[in-house]
Amino acid sequence: MEISKETLMLMLRRMWTIRHFEEKVMEMHSAGEFAGGAHPYIGEEAVAVGACLALESTDYIAGNHRSHGHPLAKGGSVNGAMAELYGRVGGYCKGKGGSMHLADFSIGILGESGIVASSVPVATGAALASHIRGEDFVSMVFFGDGASNQGACHESMNLAALWKLPVIFLCENNQFAVTTSYRNSVAVEHISDRASAYNMPGVLVDGQDCIAMYEATTEAVRRARAGEGPTLIEGLTFRYEEHSLGLGRVRRGEYRTQEEIDAWRKRDPLVIHTERLISQGIATQEECDAVSAEVLKEVEGSVEFARNSPFPGPEALFEDMWADEIPAP
Amino acid sequence: MAQTVFVEAINQALVEEMRRDESVYIMGEDIRRAVYGATANLLTEFGEKRVLDTPLSENGFFGAAIGSSLVGMRPVVETLTSFMWVAMDQIISQAAKMRYMFGGQATLPVTFRATMYYGGGSAAHHSDRSYPMFMNMPGLKIIVPSNPADMKGLLKQSIRDNDPCIVFEDGTLFGMRGEVPDNQDAIPFGKARVVREGTDATIVAIAGAVGHAERAADELSNEGVSVEIIDPRTLVPLDKKAILDSVEKTGRLIIADPAHKVCSAASEIASIVAQEGFWSLQAPIQKVAAEQVHIPYTPSLESLVYPNPEKIKAAVRTTLE
Ligand SMILES: Cc1ncc(C[n+]2csc(CCOP(=O)(O)OP(=O)(O)O)c2C)c(N)n1
Repeated sequence: MEISKETLMLMLRRMWTIRHFEEKVMEMHSAGEFAGGAHPYIGEEAVAVGACLALESTDYIAGNHRSHGHPLAKGGSVNGAMAELYGRVGGYCKGKGGSMHLADFSIGILGESGIVASSVPVATGAALASHIRGEDFVSMVFFGDGASNQGACHESMNLAALWKLPVIFLCENNQFAVTTSYRNSVAVEHISDRASAYNMPGVLVDGQDCIAMYEATTEAVRRARAGEGPTLIEGLTFRYEEHSLGLGRVRRGEYRTQEEIDAWRKRDPLVIHTERLISQGIATQEECDAVSAEVLKEVEGSVEFARNSPFPGPEALFEDMWADEIPAP
Repeated sequence: MAQTVFVEAINQALVEEMRRDESVYIMGEDIRRAVYGATANLLTEFGEKRVLDTPLSENGFFGAAIGSSLVGMRPVVETLTSFMWVAMDQIISQAAKMRYMFGGQATLPVTFRATMYYGGGSAAHHSDRSYPMFMNMPGLKIIVPSNPADMKGLLKQSIRDNDPCIVFEDGTLFGMRGEVPDNQDAIPFGKARVVREGTDATIVAIAGAVGHAERAADELSNEGVSVEIIDPRTLVPLDKKAILDSVEKTGRLIIADPAHKVCSAASEIASIVAQEGFWSLQAPIQKVAAEQVHIPYTPSLESLVYPNPEKIKAAVRTTLE
């Protein structure tokens, strides 16, 4: 597949955005700048970026608790994301949602969800709207290997295949749900194998390879727009960090080995992509470094933005409950 | 008497009941590595068949727990309140209804341990305090411990009880220390605890609100106001008599409840007292419960939502005006 330099460089930029953002989040969280939890996406950047760049801005995404990578991959504002984590009015959700509930409807981000797999039916519903109205947009949902065991996930896949809905089920198999290996929670070899049970294509993709993710998603999007129905894509990846910030302090015992972590860190999506750009003569090391440096500045700026954005005042407590206001109880 | 942390009291109850009765087993997500703290070391002592890590399939494994209880097991399921929504069909359509629907044939000695994490920036999806919704459904016993000793004793009773029990474990109390008698046994359901005696007003406080009520009462006592605090400990069954007796003595009722205020435990207690204790009342009943909004992430708003000592004191003063 021919991919423009512009797109290839955008992949690099978006992946760096996520990497720098997440590292900053970890730093600021441990510095006590904001409370609440957060689930770092570090190591998985190629999955969301490759997948989102195969979408148009008019397409929709929905996601889960590991929530920062998806909106940033779709081009969401870094300032808005950081300010949301800081609980400020400048955040995507005016501070009401926090880390697990980033959403920016203006650019097709229908929201991240803290309840595992609860976005899967929602994204299926967005695709249903496209189908009913005869429109061209598609919808994509990110969910984990753990989420793939929820009834909501199975039910949605059957519905979508039955009605040939333009939805892409994007399973981010980072191999663990908290401490549970997917080998101990999934009875099939690969989660993508389940697609055959729903009569849809299932594709296993190297989730550390942004281009591979882009290509697989591009084909799924083509199918969806052509009315051929849903696709299940499994991006095999790895989360570098703990499940969530601070969890390492409470859990008892290990659930994965240092060797395993080190081996996956060697397959870093940013390194893979950068090396490919350079070896294929698409960009120089300097160009790639410049992208990272620019993005880092933007991320640092977002911390300033967040700090300067005010906390919502008490009058905001009851705002946004209703579309059509009713008297308070 | 030993000083015990709330979460350790849960662990002790589990260990003791699992030792006592081989039909007791536990399942949940990531419990072998005790990510929520309460299941530490269970795997080592009781092995893989009695300490089950489940896939993320709440409706499935809640249902499996229910099914196993029908044929003689005593399952304990660990979850957070917010994940029970996923399992609602099994909890309501099966656990709550089976016994009655099948003319008393079914016995369901199943315990759901549901932790309520709220107050720490967990936002709308992870901060549910949902016991009122389950109180509304006949067939479920609703347990709301407020200290380590009650936690231990009530969990033991839940495991031994022959009906489905949901133990709402207040996450704001997980680090709380308290005296737990060395031989703390099961505490019978439906027996309120008089936390302190007083003469001017009664505060019925639920779960994490008990501590707030105690602080409010301490401060009010400096103003010469004597407050009685009642902790119902179980909402189903509810110790109506303890509440009515107290209101008869004080003439004033304030209910402090961290759950949403509409159709709540607080509403139910208020309605019981309005109906059965009306002639004891010298002032309108005051509900101090969570505001009727979802839990906002930002601390600037979340801090406004729940009962706290200030709000409770203000409500007590209102009854004394
Ligand atoms: C319904 C539900 N059950 C349990 C949880 C607690 N929980 C949060 S994330 C998680 C693991 C999710 O694993 P996976 O879907 O593989 O996504 P990952 O975290 O690996 O990205 C669990 C058990 C939850 N949020 N929602």
